[in-house]
Amino acid sequence: MLRLLSFALFLLIWWIAALFVGGAKLPSPPAVLEVMIAEASSGALFLHLGATLARVILAFVLAMSLGSAIGYLMGRVRLADKLGDPWLILLLNLPALVVIVLAYIWAGLTEAAAIAAIAINKLPTAVVTLREGTRALDRSLDEMASVFAMPRWRAFRHVVLPQLAPYIAASARSGLSLVWKIVLVAELLGRPNGVGFEIGVAFQLFDTPRLLAYSLTFAAVVFVIETLLVQPFEARATRWRPRAA
Amino acid sequence: MRLEVEITGKTFRSAAGRTHEVLAPLKFALQSGEVGVLIGPSGCGKSTMLRIILGLDADFRGHVARPPQARIGMVFQEPRLLPWRSVEQNVRLAAPDVTDAKLSELFRILELEAHRSHFPGELSLGLARRVSLARAFAVEPDLLVLDEPLASLDDALAGRLRDEIAALVASRPVMTLLVTHSLDDAVRLGDRLFFLSPRPAHIVQEVPIAIPRAMRSEAALTGIRAELAALQLESK
Repeated sequence: MLRLLSFALFLLIWWIAALFVGGAKLPSPPAVLEVMIAEASSGALFLHLGATLARVILAFVLAMSLGSAIGYLMGRVRLADKLGDPWLILLLNLPALVVIVLAYIWAGLTEAAAIAAIAINKLPTAVVTLREGTRALDRSLDEMASVFAMPRWRAFRHVVLPQLAPYIAASARSGLSLVWKIVLVAELLGRPNGVGFEIGVAFQLFDTPRLLAYSLTFAAVVFVIETLLVQPFEARATRWRPRAA
Repeated sequence: MRLEVEITGKTFRSAAGRTHEVLAPLKFALQSGEVGVLIGPSGCGKSTMLRIILGLDADFRGHVARPPQARIGMVFQEPRLLPWRSVEQNVRLAAPDVTDAKLSELFRILELEAHRSHFPGELSLGLARRVSLARAFAVEPDLLVLDEPLASLDDALAGRLRDEIAALVASRPVMTLLVTHSLDDAVRLGDRLFFLSPRPAHIVQEVPIAIPRAMRSEAALTGIRAELAALQLESK
């Protein structure tokens, strides 16, 4: 209920601002909605939305699984941490734009180049978060699992993974928003479809309603993913914690 | 089965970089069906010794012979339960082969029936300790290691659990190693008592108790205590 109220407040502020600034720079909510409906009925909205979503999911899954595995390894094995740390610092500080442009130059304007570039941008933050999580693992529980001769997989699943779950959720959360922001840049620079491509077109035409229609629709999609997937996962992973008042 | 422990030394490097001798040379053995009790002042290195015996610490001088196939049941000083798994899951994860009947029996004895589906965060320390005991018993261990298992329990419950430990030891050929501060627990449960010195720990005195556990009447226990008191005066 409060969330809904908060959203209504956002719409209200937008509307009032639109009245002051004028429709060319900031179109009012109904004007944007009109464009959304037009684009949806022509099918273009779903095509571009689908293309972007597919890239987000692929890059996200790739970066999260690889990043979690590397982060876990670096948290567990000192040698891996020592060797990997300079790479990590380099990757963390490499601007997204550089990675994307380089990927396009080296691998051509291909789908693989775009997805790899996006994944590489998300990878280091996943590594850092999971490395911290792994460093914070409770050694005494590891000892317990070892004394009771728990098989590796069972120990990983029941002893280690639940401790990492909050870190994975945090990483997924920040990752989802990061990935979709970067996907748009990659699309703008070198893809013939997707929300980023459409925003490029809108920029050339100074078509603000179109720009807002596409970006807000995709933001809504991310919001739905967050509410339906990330939050339930988090709630389940932390159900054993005594609730905060 | 037989547990042989021969430690010739263990040093520990502190965060400040200094090395400390934690364990002096010490040697003892334990047979199936025997309860060995380690008694010593706080901080003398008992927990370090247990970690070595359990195979958690390989950085020591000496040798521990433990049958490789021996199942270990351990009650740590802190309960060490998985906070994200229920009481029942905690036991089952450590003891996947436990039967429902055996589990119910254990929960009944340890008065945990009402708490099966609770998470450890919802339990008092006393309850969590009992879950930790249930977990150690459920694996039907060949080597049972108890690190002050009865601390922070009320006398009545501690007494009952002591009887349970005795019953378990009697029912199966299990080697038991008990660490305790309580001379009372030691004389009621132990077959052989090992008195440890302050750090670096070595065995000051090994005292066998000849009377079988089941036959130790209150009078016999008083006798044993008196003997122990005399021994300890001698050694000073």
